[in-house]
Amino acid sequence: MLSKLTTSARVAVRHGSAASAIRTHKIPGQRLPLAKYGGRHTVTALPGDGIGPEMIEHIRKIFSFCHVPVNFEEVQVSSSLVGVNDLEAALLAIERNGVAIKGNIETKHDDPSFKSRNVELRSRLDLYANILHCVTIPTVPSRHKDIDVVLIRENTEGEYSGLEHETVPGIVESIKIVTREKIERIARMAFEYATLNGRKKITAVHKANIQKLGDGLFLKVIRDMSEEYKNIKFESMIVDNASMQLVSRPQQFDVMVMPNLYGNIISNIACGLVGGPGLVSGMNIGSKYAVFETGTRNTGTSLAGKDLANPTAFIRASIDMLRYLDCHYHANLISDALWKTLVEQRVHTRDLGGQHSASDVVNCTLQNVEKIMEAER
Amino acid sequence: MLAKCLKKACQVPSSLGQQIIAQRAASTGEVRRVTLIPGDGIGPEISQSVQQIFEAAGAPIAWDPVDVTPVKGRDGVFRIPSRCIELMHQNKVGLKGPLETPIGKGHRSLNLAVRKEFNLYANVRPCRSLEGHKTLYDNVDVVTIRENTEGEYSGIEHEIVNGVVQSIKLITETASRNVASFAFEYARQNGRKCVTAVHKANIMRMSDGLFLSICREQAALYPDIKFKEAYLDTVCLNMVQDPSQYDVLVMPNLYGDILSDLCAGLVGGLGVTPSGNIGKDAAVFESVHGTAPDIAGQDKANPTALLLSAVMMLRYMNLTDHARRIEKAVFDAIADGRCKTGDLGGSGTCSTFTQDVCNRVKDL
Amino acid sequence: MLSRTWSSIARVGPQALAGSNVVSARQYSITAPRPLEIAQKLKVTIIPGDGVGPELIYCVQDIVKQTGIPLEFEEVFLSEVHYTRSSSIENAVESIGRNNHVALKGAIEESAVLHTEGELQGLNMRLRRSLDLFANLVHIKTIDGIKTRHGKKLDFVIVREQTEGEYSSLEHQLVPGVIECLKISTKPKCERIAKYAFDYATKTGRKKVTAVHKANIMKLGDGLFLRTCEEVAKQYPKIQFESMIIDNTCMQLVSKPEQFDVMVMPNLYGNIIDNLAAGLVGGAGVVPGQSVGRDFVIFEPGSRHSFQEAMGRSIANPTAMILCAANMLNHLHLDDWGNALRKSVNDVIEEGKVRTRDLGGYATTIQFADAVIDKFRI
Repeated sequence: MLSKLTTSARVAVRHGSAASAIRTHKIPGQRLPLAKYGGRHTVTALPGDGIGPEMIEHIRKIFSFCHVPVNFEEVQVSSSLVGVNDLEAALLAIERNGVAIKGNIETKHDDPSFKSRNVELRSRLDLYANILHCVTIPTVPSRHKDIDVVLIRENTEGEYSGLEHETVPGIVESIKIVTREKIERIARMAFEYATLNGRKKITAVHKANIQKLGDGLFLKVIRDMSEEYKNIKFESMIVDNASMQLVSRPQQFDVMVMPNLYGNIISNIACGLVGGPGLVSGMNIGSKYAVFETGTRNTGTSLAGKDLANPTAFIRASIDMLRYLDCHYHANLISDALWKTLVEQRVHTRDLGGQHSASDVVNCTLQNVEKIMEAER
Repeated sequence: MLAKCLKKACQVPSSLGQQIIAQRAASTGEVRRVTLIPGDGIGPEISQSVQQIFEAAGAPIAWDPVDVTPVKGRDGVFRIPSRCIELMHQNKVGLKGPLETPIGKGHRSLNLAVRKEFNLYANVRPCRSLEGHKTLYDNVDVVTIRENTEGEYSGIEHEIVNGVVQSIKLITETASRNVASFAFEYARQNGRKCVTAVHKANIMRMSDGLFLSICREQAALYPDIKFKEAYLDTVCLNMVQDPSQYDVLVMPNLYGDILSDLCAGLVGGLGVTPSGNIGKDAAVFESVHGTAPDIAGQDKANPTALLLSAVMMLRYMNLTDHARRIEKAVFDAIADGRCKTGDLGGSGTCSTFTQDVCNRVKDL
Repeated sequence: MLSRTWSSIARVGPQALAGSNVVSARQYSITAPRPLEIAQKLKVTIIPGDGVGPELIYCVQDIVKQTGIPLEFEEVFLSEVHYTRSSSIENAVESIGRNNHVALKGAIEESAVLHTEGELQGLNMRLRRSLDLFANLVHIKTIDGIKTRHGKKLDFVIVREQTEGEYSSLEHQLVPGVIECLKISTKPKCERIAKYAFDYATKTGRKKVTAVHKANIMKLGDGLFLRTCEEVAKQYPKIQFESMIIDNTCMQLVSKPEQFDVMVMPNLYGNIIDNLAAGLVGGAGVVPGQSVGRDFVIFEPGSRHSFQEAMGRSIANPTAMILCAANMLNHLHLDDWGNALRKSVNDVIEEGKVRTRDLGGYATTIQFADAVIDKFRI
C-alpha cells in the first residue's frame, strides 16, 4: 500500500505545480562564489544558541544524503561567550566564504552596552536586504488560505541602527537615519526580485503621513523607481493600515517593501499568518555576502535538545542558500521532498498540531529525496 | 709586469671553452696575485684562515685584500669602490667571503657588478659528501653548473596594468652555448663521465628547447663525455631519492639556483659547499653562506666553504698540486673530526681547525 | 492510507513521549533501514592517460567493483602521443561536467612533437585551461612501511598555482638565437591561489601556511605574489603565515622537511617542490594529488610522470592512484568509503608482504590491488 501511494505521490510531485509553491524564488544579482573549489562550495555555519546546533546537524545530514556540493565551516558564536573575538572570527569566516547559514544568537537585554550580535553581523557585512517568502502550506493549519507574499525589508539603517543616548537624565534620544542611497538599493532589489519572479505588484509600507521627511524620502524614491518598471503595479500603504489589512485580507499583497522597523513588525505578522515561526526562512542579502536564517529569528531555547522544534524553517533556509549558490537542482529536489513530507504525508511537529519529532521530518524528507531521484533515473 | 703577463695570457686567442687552458700559460712557479674580498661578519676570520693554510702549503699566491663597503658617489648613489673593479681587472681572479646583502639600499650588489663587468656566465658548485660529516645522503658527488647571466633572473620586469606583472625570461643562443661548452670542458678536465642537461622543454618548448638543442650540439663535440637530458621535476624527484645517479648537471639560471641549493642541502648545507663564478677571462670564487653576525669574532666560524672555494680557484689557476694537497688536508681534518667546528658537530674553533689543516698540509 | 499509518503512530505518541526513542524506533521500522548514507551511486569521469596510467586506473576500477564502493565510471581517452585516437578536450570537459564535476586521471605524456603548427600548449595545459583548474594540491605524507632516508613523519600539503607564470607557453623568438619567455603574474590569480591555500588550511585544521617565492630577485612578479599572500593572510588570524625563498626551501626540504604544513607557490616552483617532496616520501608512485578549479576537480597522482618504460609490465605502484580515488571519495562526501580505502592501502603497505618494485618488492600492480581488496573493511 505504501508503494501504491508513493507512485501517485511521485507523479503529483514531479508533474503537479503545487509543490513549487514553496520553492525558493530566483534571487536577483550576479554572484561570484568566493569559496568554491572543484564544484564544491564552502559555507560558514553559525549554529548560534538554542535549537541552532541540532538544526545544523539536520542540514548536514540532508546535504550529504542528496550529495549537495557544499561543505560547512562551523564557527561558534553565542551570547554566552563574552569575548569579541568569536564574533570577529565569524565575520572573517563569512567574508572568506561569502555565504553563511545561521541559527539565532540570543541578545542579552539587561546590559545596554551589549550590542546585538545579529545586528552587528548584518551591519558589518552590509546585508541590506532581508527577504521573506510567506506562503501558506495546504495541510498546515492556518486561518487564511492562499497567502503568497514576499516581504523585502531594509536591514541596515533606520530605527535599528542603535544610535541612542541619554541627553539629560530621564530623556533618551533615539535617532533614525535614512539615506537615499540605501533606499535606492533596497527598492532596486524589490523591483528586480519582482521582475525576475513574475510578480505583479509592489506595496511600499511607510508612515510618511507622520514622518514626512524620513519615510517621505523612502516613499518618493520607490515611487520614482516604479516608473522604470511599467509591468509592475505600484502602491503604497501606511504601516498601521498594512498590519490590519494583513490580518484581514492577506491575499491582496504580493511583494511588500519596507524600512527596517516596519519590516520587523510586518514580517512577524506574516509569519504568524502562515503557521508560525517554524516554517518560514529568511535571507539576508548584501552586495557581496549573504546570510541565511529562519524568518523570525528566535532561538527556541525552551525546545532545545528535545527533538521537538520544527526543522522546516531551517531546511527552507538551506534551500534558499542553495538557490543563492546556483545549485538549483538540489534546491528543487529538497524543496519538493519537503513539500511531500509536509503536505502529502502530513508529518507535522507539535507546533503544527502533529506529534512527530524533528528527526521524523528529516528522515521522511530523505526518503522522499530518494524516491524522487529514483523516479528521475 | 705580472699584470702584463697575465693580460698576454688572456689574449691568447681562446676558442670557446678553452679559457681554462689559456690560464695554463702563466702557471709555472711564479707568484700569482689574487684579489681577496674578506667580506662581512665571519668573513675576515675565515679569510684569515684561508691565508694561513695557503702559506703553510706554500701556494704561490699573493693576496690583494680590498674593502668593498659601498661608497657614496658624487651623484649621491652608493656603489662599489672603483678600486675593487680595478684590482679585478689586473688580477682576473678573486676570492670572496660572505657579504651583507643590502636590503633596500638601492645599489647594485657586488656580485651583480662583477658578474656584469666580467661576464661571469657560469656558476659552478661541486657538492660532495664529506667523510666525517654525516648527513642523510652519504653518496653525493654532483657538480651543478648554472647559467648565470640571463633566464628568469635577468631582472626584466614591468607592471603592464595595475595588478598584472610581466617578467621576461630571456634565453640566447650565445649564453647557452657558453655555459654548455663550459660544462663539457669542465667535465673533461675534472675526469667526469657524464653531463646531464636539466630543462623543462616539454612545457617551455621554445626557450628551454633552445637551451636543450645547444646542449645537444655541444655534446656532439665531446664524444668522450656521456650526455643525458632530464626534466627538472624528474631530477628533483630522483635527487632526493638517489643522488648518485647524477654527475655534472648543466642548466639555465633559475633551475640552477634551486638545484644548487638543494644539492648543498644534501651534503650538509652552504657551510661546506664551495662555489665559483667563471667567465671568459676572469673568475670569482666565493663562499655562498651567510655572514652569521651572531657568531662573528667569536672564533666559531667554519672556514670549509671558503677553503674549498679557494681550492677550486687553485685548480682554475692550474696549480693542481697545491689544490690536491690542501683539499686532502681539509677532508682529512674533517674526517678525523677532532678539530672540526661546532656547526659540523665538533668541538673545535676556527683557529684550531686552521692549525690542524696547516699541520696536515705540511706533512703531505 | 499512509496518513492513517502515521496517525496511528501519532496516537502511540503521547504515552511514548517520555522516551521519544520509541517513536523514532517505530518510525524506522516503517521507513526501511538504509544501508547507505546516500541516495544513489555517483558517476565520475576517468581519463586513463598514457604510459602506466590506464593500468593504474583499471586497477582502481577493479577495487571499486570488488568492494562495492558506490561509484560509476565514464571513460574519456585523451592522449597526445596517440593523438589520432584521442577524444577532444571539449568531450572531456562535457563528460566531467556531467559526472559530478569530478574526474580521475592518469598522466598524459607531453609529446615533444608539435602536431599543430604554432600550438605551444600541451594537452595537459589545455585541459587545465579549459576547466580553469587553477590550483594543484599535493599531499605529502609518509606511509608506515615505506622506508625513507630521514625516517621522520611528514604530513604537509603543497599548493601550486598552475594557470599563469612561467608555464604559460608565451614564448617567441626575438632575433634568431634569442628567445623570450614571458611570465605573467596577476593579482586576481595570486589572490585566489592564496585564498585557496588558506581555505584549505582552515578546512583541514592545519596551522601554518608558507609562501614560497623568489621576490628578492623577481621583485615585481614574485613580489606581487608575496604581497598578495600577506594581504590574504590577514583574513585568517588563526593560521600562521610565513614566507621562504625558493632555493632555501629546497635546502630546508632535504634537511628539515618536518617544519612545513601548507605551502603555497607559483607555477614553476610548485613543479619543483612537488617532485622534490614526492622523492622524500617514497617517489612518484605513492603521492596523490588533485587539480582544483572553481567548478571542477581532477584527481591525479602528485608527480605527473607517465612512466612509459613500465607500460604493460604491471610493475607500477598503484598507491598514488588508489589514494587519489580515496581523496575523491572524501570529496564526494563518501567519507566512510574513502577512509576505509585509504586505511586498506596503508595496511597493505605497512604489513609489507605485497610490495611493488619501487618499494623493494616483486609484486605486480594487480597483486597489490588484490591485497588492497582483501584488506578492505567497511
